[in-house]
Amino acid sequence: MNITTEQRQYWISVLAQAPTETLLQLSDSVVSDMPFDVIRAPEIGLTQVRARMGGKGDAFNMGDMTVTRCVVRSQGGSLGFSYVAGRNKPHALRAAQLDAMLQLSDFHQHLTDNVIEPLKQQAGESQQVKQQVTAATKVDFFTLVRGED
Amino acid sequence: MYVAVKGGEKAIRAAHELLAKVRRGDTREAELSVSQVEQQLPLAVARVMTEGAVYDPELAALAIKQSAGDLVEAIFLLRAYKTTLNRFGICEPINTEGMQIERRISATYKDLPGGQVLGPTFDYTHRLLDFSLMAEGEISEPSVADIGSSAEMPADPVSVEPVSKVLEILEREHLMVSETDHQREPSDITRDPITYPADRSARLQSLVQGDEGFLLALGYSTQRGYGRNHPFAGEIRIGEVEVSIVPEELGFEIEIGTIQMTECEMVNGFTRHRDGEVKFTRGYGVGFGQCERKAMAMALVDRSLQAADYDEEVVSPAQQEEFVLSHCDNVEAAGFVSHLKLPHYVDFQSELELLRRIRAAEQSDSAKETN
Repeated sequence: MNITTEQRQYWISVLAQAPTETLLQLSDSVVSDMPFDVIRAPEIGLTQVRARMGGKGDAFNMGDMTVTRCVVRSQGGSLGFSYVAGRNKPHALRAAQLDAMLQLSDFHQHLTDNVIEPLKQQAGESQQVKQQVTAATKVDFFTLVRGED
Repeated sequence: MYVAVKGGEKAIRAAHELLAKVRRGDTREAELSVSQVEQQLPLAVARVMTEGAVYDPELAALAIKQSAGDLVEAIFLLRAYKTTLNRFGICEPINTEGMQIERRISATYKDLPGGQVLGPTFDYTHRLLDFSLMAEGEISEPSVADIGSSAEMPADPVSVEPVSKVLEILEREHLMVSETDHQREPSDITRDPITYPADRSARLQSLVQGDEGFLLALGYSTQRGYGRNHPFAGEIRIGEVEVSIVPEELGFEIEIGTIQMTECEMVNGFTRHRDGEVKFTRGYGVGFGQCERKAMAMALVDRSLQAADYDEEVVSPAQQEEFVLSHCDNVEAAGFVSHLKLPHYVDFQSELELLRRIRAAEQSDSAKETN
């Protein structure tokens, strides 16, 4: 199956950012009976966070963030990877499993329709709610004439 | 110098048990859960993450609970935990321009593209104790619908899209020194200790982890005239940013999640630059979570530490790089102050002996004189 890097980046991003509970719920029925070889069991570590001076100048290190990674191989031979912010082994394992299965033509469409797109839609909705709450605090200040004495 | 002592195991165990008891408080009250701390004390969590230098709200909340609310102790706990983990990689530098804005204000422009968004702020509160928070009942949560019906609702409710940076307005007019990416590999003070003079990447990393109180006091001192740098809060933003990495085994960039961060860009006094042009200068501050005061203090100190770049006379504490950077870390500072509690019996005995000898000698001298 021909998969572009952009496609894979898209679903990896959706899987990483999904709420764990929803991710597991949506994918349990497809994944739970599938055998996988665990190449690298879910593992918690750090990744260094970088920012830029003034937002766009030279980079500097801000600190680290926790991250969980995992690698599995599907029966179809595809390798699935995951790097997920935070410390969440079940999430990382499932994201890696789904990355592997999404590369297989037998599962790709089904998983896209039933896992990736619903997760993407949900993320969009919760972002919209956040935006609305924030937008209500948008303000127009009026400048008053200041006394000269 | 302190000496090793033995014994006291029983008393130490009992002291730790007592600490656990004190932390728990009155058992008739429900125990505070880590997720309650994470959800209901987010600004404490932000400080512990920023100065503990690990973004993980749950771990920071655990540290706060364990330290019974002593944030400097919680920061220490998080730093200690950090040393137990492997580092898998390095994120791509965060693009704060793409931030999902939760708050964004500017004190330099009243009307600016994208507007001023107050977000969740203590500004404009009256700083009166709110006794309704003491009542048992929950405070009614304003729903989106409620906010939507308010009279002050802006005409365009969902326009909190990523917005461009305020300081870029000045840069476009060549009125502000610009920041350029020279593709330099930044210093990492967690691997290589700072050497002086330090480069700005090491300074900024050190300031992010630096104690908020210390940096706030130094920033304040510049405002009061000790290394004045004429600051304006050009832009302060708080919100979520995406974090990506390029894992070696994949070879392409992937998003791993979002983090909340605060950014402050100060516009500072203008000066004639080496290229002959007169331009505003700038200071930069950032931190994890909602940490506006810290980010502002950091930006002030970042600018005062650029004194040498603008041929400014270094006369005040906030301008002295080695003084600021070697004293801003509260884990180091607390460690060295706390070590005074370790047994200094031998040291002290020798001082005591010396003082006794001096006094005895003086007494015998004066006795001779009176004879």
